[in-house]
Amino acid sequence: MNWITNYVRPTINSLFSRREVPDNLWTKCDDCGTMLFHRELADNLNVCTNCDHHMAIGARDRLKSIFDGGVFVEVAVPEPVADPLHFRDQKRYTDRIKEARKKTGEKDAMLVAEGEMGRTPVVVAVQDFSFMGGSMSMYVGNAIVAAAERAIALKRPLILFSAAGGARMQEGILGLMQMPRTTIAVQMLKEAGLPYIVVLTHPTTGGVTASYAMLGDVQIAEPNALIGFAGARVIEQTIGEKLPEGFQRAEYLLDHGMLDRVTMRTALKDELVTIVRLLMKQDAPVKGDLPAPEITSEATLQLEDPIVPDDAK
Amino acid sequence: MTQYLDFEKPLAEIEGKAEELRAMARENPEMDVEKEAAALDRKAADLLKSLYGDLTAWRKCQVARHPERPHCQDYINALFTEYTPLAGDRNFADDLSVMGGLARIEGIPVMVIGHEKGNDTKSRIERNFGMARPEGYRKAIRLMELANRFGLPVITLVDTPGAYPGKGAEERGQSEAIARSTEKCLELKVPLISVVIGEGGSGGAVAFASANRVAMLEHSVYSVISPEGCASILWKDAEKMRESAEALRLTSKDLHELGVCDRIIPEPEGGAHRDPDTAITSVGEAIVSMLNELRDLSGDKLRADRRNKYLALGSKGLAA
Repeated sequence: MNWITNYVRPTINSLFSRREVPDNLWTKCDDCGTMLFHRELADNLNVCTNCDHHMAIGARDRLKSIFDGGVFVEVAVPEPVADPLHFRDQKRYTDRIKEARKKTGEKDAMLVAEGEMGRTPVVVAVQDFSFMGGSMSMYVGNAIVAAAERAIALKRPLILFSAAGGARMQEGILGLMQMPRTTIAVQMLKEAGLPYIVVLTHPTTGGVTASYAMLGDVQIAEPNALIGFAGARVIEQTIGEKLPEGFQRAEYLLDHGMLDRVTMRTALKDELVTIVRLLMKQDAPVKGDLPAPEITSEATLQLEDPIVPDDAK
Repeated sequence: MTQYLDFEKPLAEIEGKAEELRAMARENPEMDVEKEAAALDRKAADLLKSLYGDLTAWRKCQVARHPERPHCQDYINALFTEYTPLAGDRNFADDLSVMGGLARIEGIPVMVIGHEKGNDTKSRIERNFGMARPEGYRKAIRLMELANRFGLPVITLVDTPGAYPGKGAEERGQSEAIARSTEKCLELKVPLISVVIGEGGSGGAVAFASANRVAMLEHSVYSVISPEGCASILWKDAEKMRESAEALRLTSKDLHELGVCDRIIPEPEGGAHRDPDTAITSVGEAIVSMLNELRDLSGDKLRADRRNKYLALGSKGLAA
């Protein structure tokens, strides 16, 4: 141990390692550790090109990946009462919301859009895990109700991508009451004879799984997505034993009869088109990348720039 | 012998002293302690009144969980006649944490379903402390469906810490079972009345309580998460349950203001566990009165009203 090993070598090493990992161009796969060129990774919808590990994909990127040409029109969601309980833990709920809006550029944890998917008109709702863990808030409930109403008005199927830790604690009982509210939205779709397809993405747990995310006509999950009601740690503490490998993962649920399919993200769009067109008794789909449909209404193009809510600017 | 809660310690002391005096007098007949003992009784009664007149949210949670609080079984035995338990989910098992069956209340045939926590070590284990597994929810779904077909009102008594977090429960679709039970509640074309008699623990409660009328016993609670769970997530310290209980607004008064609870059923002085008969009678009266409110409505109207009630929830928050 001397001046050279203690000071010179670390400095030299850090110079090298800094040059080796320019974080704006490369992403390291969470699972296999392969360095992935960011554009290639984005083209593959954030699925590792080496090991097929599914990394998180943003809600807007998800919508782009589903709609033809990445074009969709957002469905307006009615704003609920802000902070109904005047909730405060170590931080105020209103401050947490402000932070989440600033971080994500979104209003809350769910986006709803309409458009065409393989030339098939659909309404799509995407839960945004990056917004307070995707938690089910009154806004999320409103979004699901709005999505169902829009699908019914347009006689289109609703496809919902779930991702959440559960109900939003900061909205207390009103967060919990989104379980019956969203269940009603699903019932309205069923009564209208329209398909409701759920794609469970990593992670979907708690009250979200115990309501709209488990009530789909067809239940699909992405590979290795964590899906369950109670958290694994709580279960281990309760039963006093280690849980088996793969517990609460998509493949485990498929084995236990809780899902219809586990499907790679890169194959999802084609599969959804097929399922929806069969259920709707439409002609067989045309496979492959289709150009964007013509914009007919007051459509907003959602290609590169997300709409940032005023208070988040 | 009453089990005292931690905040009732001063009360336990006074009541203990009065009891000691009387015990001494029984041994020494020449002693006259009645005057002193009566004064202690009055002091205890005043203290009880002031303690229960202004319970904090956390204390309400403690009262709601009091082991001597009347449970589902007690209400069914006292309020219903011809109770005929029906068992099993027809798929896997009979979950004893959920009890239910055909019965009559004031001559009206109904289906009654509830969580049962048990009242001694053996029955608590048998009842899994009121934490239902998927089979429990699936049994409830089956009984609700039966009631629906024969036009019987459904009465649910809610008292659960939450759905059971277990390996088998997850494997057999705990979340799906809860979702379907909630869905069934919302589908019914018969009156559905819920009374939260103790703990309304999250999704496990919603699965029974998505009802036309939700009543709560005064000191019962109904929450998205237990105060301990919330404290450990948001405060990173499970010991902060007093703060989290306050923040969660889980009392009957708050829920009434938010429109989640339609009716608060007053409890006897010192909570339902100090006078179970009075508490049970009040619950019975509330059930009958709510049944009467709903009995002339058509099936379609009952279902539509229930849905509209939930769709409208959250349009107003609590006053600042």
